[in-house]
Amino acid sequence: MTNANLFEYLLRLADDRLVLGHRNSEWCGHGPILEEDIATANIALDLLGQAQLLLKLAGETEGQGRDEDALAYWRDESQFRNLQLVELPKGDFAFTVARQFLFSAWNQGFLEALTQSKHEDLAGIAGKALKENRYHLRHSAEWLIRFGDGTDESHRRAQTALDELWPWTGEFSSEDQVDRALLAEGIAPALTPLRPPFEAMVRDITARATLTVPDRPMRMTGGRTGRHTEYLGHMLAEMQIVARSHPGAVW
Amino acid sequence: MPEVGAAGEAEVLEILRGVKDPEVPVLDIVELGIVRGAEVDGSKVTVRITPTYSGCPALHVIEQEIVAALRQHRFTDVSLKTVFNPPWTTDWMSSAAKEKLRAYGIAPPGRVEAQELVTLGRVPRAVACPYCGGTNTSVESEFGSTSCKSIHYCHSCHQPFEQFKAI
Repeated sequence: MTNANLFEYLLRLADDRLVLGHRNSEWCGHGPILEEDIATANIALDLLGQAQLLLKLAGETEGQGRDEDALAYWRDESQFRNLQLVELPKGDFAFTVARQFLFSAWNQGFLEALTQSKHEDLAGIAGKALKENRYHLRHSAEWLIRFGDGTDESHRRAQTALDELWPWTGEFSSEDQVDRALLAEGIAPALTPLRPPFEAMVRDITARATLTVPDRPMRMTGGRTGRHTEYLGHMLAEMQIVARSHPGAVW
Repeated sequence: MPEVGAAGEAEVLEILRGVKDPEVPVLDIVELGIVRGAEVDGSKVTVRITPTYSGCPALHVIEQEIVAALRQHRFTDVSLKTVFNPPWTTDWMSSAAKEKLRAYGIAPPGRVEAQELVTLGRVPRAVACPYCGGTNTSVESEFGSTSCKSIHYCHSCHQPFEQFKAI
């Protein structure tokens, strides 16, 4: 049972990064300015790299011979375990920045806690990811401040993005039996205590950005058990088509 | 720098000093701190390596080159083990390695230090231009042509340049 829970848990962490990395990569060649095109692609690369390490570990944990490519390209939508927040279409640049900020702000506390995991490789991957997360967080927070405290148009777009995204963040801290089982073994951190520092960070940055965190109820959850929005399937179709059309192809 | 243990390990490290980072070809993978050590048993060797950045595409090339380099010598059975802890840091780079970077045209990393989350509006510590040594430079972007580099501009010699980021 331990391995089944751990496999499930590793897929959750990996899929968050695989899906968000893919969404960010959609800006490649379409960035608003060259530096941001490069920055967004760099962040995407870090996230895909983290996903690759986690999927490899997931495959080894499962022990059925699936490697990171098999897990990334040959699972269908209902077998993905990512947060619904990360699968939403990339939207405008304010939306992409606001989403990256919320994701990185949550992960700052989460990854820090995960470095204490009793699972040595998982703790090590978390330590590596934490270093990368820190500059993702700084980059996205600084852009959010520029947008919020910028022109009327940039403020409006940033606030609209935040209003749309905030209700999806409930899923960050919702715990289920997988989290609790691994928490009991010292492998995974408790999520609930990470919520207040996350919200404090979001309120600090949004205040500096003259933006407000909307007072809206949290939306449905279910990404962790394979229930997704209508958007994920379309994204996966694009992400997986080449691998599925040419099984086993390498270069 | 990786600790050098038995004579076999020293031999392996010496061979691996011939493997360069494909994206920064003036540095070898031992002085970069990617190679963390090696266990030798006759013609069999296990090399411990650590990734620089999670998504660094150069690592795949480096892995292939490690195997090829060792097979050219007396090692017929080469395996690689990826270790994550402690995570790679540019603080492992020697001052000689940093000087090689500068001479190559890439500003070397400073020491890793705790940084505030938001540095917006703050005047960052000046990065010396690798071409003219001037310190009247500014950061253009924290993200450059590879994961490990940021983009800067020198107002003295009017050259854009890259820095190997401290991480």
